[in-house]
Amino acid sequence: MTTLLAPVTGDKVVHRINPVAKITASAAIGVALLITIDWVSGAVALALVTLLVPFAGVPMRALGVRILPLLVAAPLTALTIALYGAPSGEIYGTFLLATVSEGSLQLAAAAALRVLAIGLPAVLLVATVDPTDLADGLIQTWRLPARFVLGALAAFRLVGLIVDDWRALVLARRARGVGDAGGFLGRIRFLGSVAFALLVLALRRGGSLATAMEARGFGGDGARSSARVARFGGAEWVLVLIGVAISVAALTVSIAVGSFNPILGPRG
Amino acid sequence: MTGQVRGGARVEARGWGWRHAGRRDPAVRGLDLVIEPGERVLLLGASGAGKSTLLHGLAGILGGAEEGEQTGELLVDGVAAVNARGASGLVLQDPDTQAVLARLGDDVGFGLENLGVSPDEIRARVPQALASVGLELPLTHSTTELSGGQKQRLALAGVLAMRPRLLLLDEPTANLDPEGVHEVVDAVVAAAAGRTLVVVEHRVDAWWPHITRVVVLGADGVIADGAPDAVLAAAADVLAEAGVWLPGTADGMPTHPAGDPGAELLRTDDLAIGRGVRSRRKAKKGVPATPEELAAAVARDLDVAVTAGRVLALTGPNGAGKTTLALTLAGLLAPVAGRVVASDALADGTVADPTAWRSRELLTRIGYVFQSPDHQFLTGSVRRELELGPRTLGRTPDEFTPVVDELLDRLRLTRLGPAHPFSLSGGEKRRLSVATVLATAPRVLVLDEPTFGQDARTWRELVALLAEQRDAGRAVVVVTHDRTLIRALDADEFVLGATVGARETGAGS
Amino acid sequence: MTTESTPTTTEPTQAAPSRRWRVIDIVTASVLGVALGLVFILWNTTSSPLRDALGALLPGLGALLAGIWLLPGVIGGLIIRKPGAALFTELVAATVSVIIVPNEWGWWTIEAGLVQGLGAELVFALFLYKRWGVGVAVLAGIGAGLAMAVNDLIVWYAAGLTPEFATIYTISAAVTGAVIAGLLSWVLVRALAATGVLSRFAAGRERAELV
Repeated sequence: MTTLLAPVTGDKVVHRINPVAKITASAAIGVALLITIDWVSGAVALALVTLLVPFAGVPMRALGVRILPLLVAAPLTALTIALYGAPSGEIYGTFLLATVSEGSLQLAAAAALRVLAIGLPAVLLVATVDPTDLADGLIQTWRLPARFVLGALAAFRLVGLIVDDWRALVLARRARGVGDAGGFLGRIRFLGSVAFALLVLALRRGGSLATAMEARGFGGDGARSSARVARFGGAEWVLVLIGVAISVAALTVSIAVGSFNPILGPRG
Repeated sequence: MTGQVRGGARVEARGWGWRHAGRRDPAVRGLDLVIEPGERVLLLGASGAGKSTLLHGLAGILGGAEEGEQTGELLVDGVAAVNARGASGLVLQDPDTQAVLARLGDDVGFGLENLGVSPDEIRARVPQALASVGLELPLTHSTTELSGGQKQRLALAGVLAMRPRLLLLDEPTANLDPEGVHEVVDAVVAAAAGRTLVVVEHRVDAWWPHITRVVVLGADGVIADGAPDAVLAAAADVLAEAGVWLPGTADGMPTHPAGDPGAELLRTDDLAIGRGVRSRRKAKKGVPATPEELAAAVARDLDVAVTAGRVLALTGPNGAGKTTLALTLAGLLAPVAGRVVASDALADGTVADPTAWRSRELLTRIGYVFQSPDHQFLTGSVRRELELGPRTLGRTPDEFTPVVDELLDRLRLTRLGPAHPFSLSGGEKRRLSVATVLATAPRVLVLDEPTFGQDARTWRELVALLAEQRDAGRAVVVVTHDRTLIRALDADEFVLGATVGARETGAGS
Repeated sequence: MTTESTPTTTEPTQAAPSRRWRVIDIVTASVLGVALGLVFILWNTTSSPLRDALGALLPGLGALLAGIWLLPGVIGGLIIRKPGAALFTELVAATVSVIIVPNEWGWWTIEAGLVQGLGAELVFALFLYKRWGVGVAVLAGIGAGLAMAVNDLIVWYAAGLTPEFATIYTISAAVTGAVIAGLLSWVLVRALAATGVLSRFAAGRERAELV
């Protein structure tokens, strides 16, 4: 699983951009779409981001796999809002507490577009983020405490081992006679037992890792240097500006067309 | 090499003791020891004698008042060990949890970053350190895609880059196969170059020629101390009791010649094996393998027979598929092609394909002991762990309690009955994992590296136990690197990897 | 590396727990976050349909399954017992779940983690980081749940909210927080302590008998 979703590496500029810039760029788009929930802003942002897909340095296959959760979530979110959004305009039908109305359908469409518009840049940019580079960016550019970021990065290394443990734990349960969990409750118990064992094993590994890190001088009082430099230069600013530009464009068009619908304002 | 080393560090312990918080008794008590610069010391002793604690103390990482209580002094070059962290370097036992960063170069430089060394200096020292341990790989190489021996050498490089004057090694080869052991020992000896070296190990053969001094630790301090051969003679019984593998211990192990083979219990038919290539569901449906799946198989055309009254050893280099074959034989993994066929005697009323058996049916037919005992513990106490198998089969307490009591006694686990399986020591866990499998008396026993990392005493017991099972008419299959085991059990051998599916019978090497 | 040699003397047996994070604290909180983040991924992929089915049945009931996302904060606090533990653990879990398998909320998962972690953190802070019993655990869970409800309602469901939806969502969030995040966390910590794996923490030493 983790090799399938390992960071996409490559030689293009986009692969080497400071991950912190990538977060900022996609967050800029996210903030704009947060302020309003209308289908115009979502559509504009989505269209602009889609134009940039070829430049993101992510091969189609890798992209397809990562987009899947988005494609599942968008219609489901739309469904929830279609059924329970504030009714307005013509009412199409009711069922228990659900009311499908013209207004709620519009909101549903807007919500779906929004999910895609916020999710797609995140998918594109996360795909090319290397965890070590992200840590360097967080420490050097955003000045987050090094001990915590590096501790988290080191723990992240254990993911592969945890996945291996998972497989072994499932096999072991079959060998011990309890592998055929019966029924819904049985499956929950099975998964719970495996999850607990995973936690124990992970914690034990964490203890070893902590000792190993301390043995290499980690956590001491002296100042820390860094062998890798996280820069924030031209390429980074360009990416951030692109993100800001997309968000401004989306908001501008939305206001111009009149469908701007602030989330905290009066109902449109 | 790794640059200038200003000689080794001098170690001094004066009445030193340490009690971990949460424990009643100190791990180390009243230790008086002096190690001169440049000495190469092998630290031996029973489990719990405090060897690891001493090493951690010398490395200065035991923690402060929150973690425990110190008595006396522990000095490195005249400075309290906790304040001398840069002077010592510690390499630990587990290859998988010592790599901190994802890329080789970054990981080796991690320690240097912590010491605040300048980036230029880091860039110079990292390749030097890697060269000194013989890891000639690109700096961007992944730290997870390495063999055990390579991972331990990487840890060593990370430590050497920090230019410690005191090199501490806490069972660095315990989790490695014989090839890895030699890699690491050679790398340490080459890099030691005048540093003071303190090694804790259970298997000492590989280290013995390079050691200048042996110190045996006991509950109340040093039991024996001096030149290797002198200590070997003087403290022989203490060391044997502690289960240390001294030079000659392996050769002195008793052998258990096998009797005549009984009925064939399992056989394979053009078997091709692989992990994660085919799901059990697909195999059950009888869908034939695609060419891609066959290409992904780790071994093909295997012809294995498992016979009652004999031990079959699956051997071969790492990655050859020994564990995969064991799992497939035990019905836990689906074959990629071909099939595993159980005889009527083994199948005993169900179908002939172990992969299709229900989990419960496996309990009385094929028992599997995993390489890492932690993976198979399910309950909160040792006793309940042993009772789980019989309970799942629907047996009553009257039926299984005598069986469980006997197993606890046989494997010296009675005292640990109420203890949590995860809290046991390595050897105890191994004994427990074997005992749980025996509780349901399966006809075939499959064990993955059962003697890996075991001290000599546990080793002897396990081998005697397995010989007993074999002579009682069971079939035993072991995945192993351990040639002493193969010889002691008079095992038939099936070698994977060299020539795919080659088969040799005989009394080991 | 100092040059002075300080002879250490016998320390008092019960030193007051310091507020400073040790390396084992940081790594344990991170490992908890990573392991639970992986559980998130599994939960996200398997429970989405169930969540929305519940939501279709009764608006806002989908929040009942969300307690699992609030678990890391509470459990991190209960084990590490230092200021910032709940927040950090929750943040790591959220970050891991985004980096490995991007989900529909993108970076907002991390923002949600921040808010939810704060919810639990505030409760622990209210008790001055001194009380760690089951009551505090449940309250911390409720705190996280309410924080999640406020965050989700404003960020995701704002437009077109009906008061019924908002109320049911908030109550579900509080309930799931109390039961799954609060109670379950507390039970988990006790179970983990029994295995001996928390021996370097006060949470582990309280339970284990002196060996």
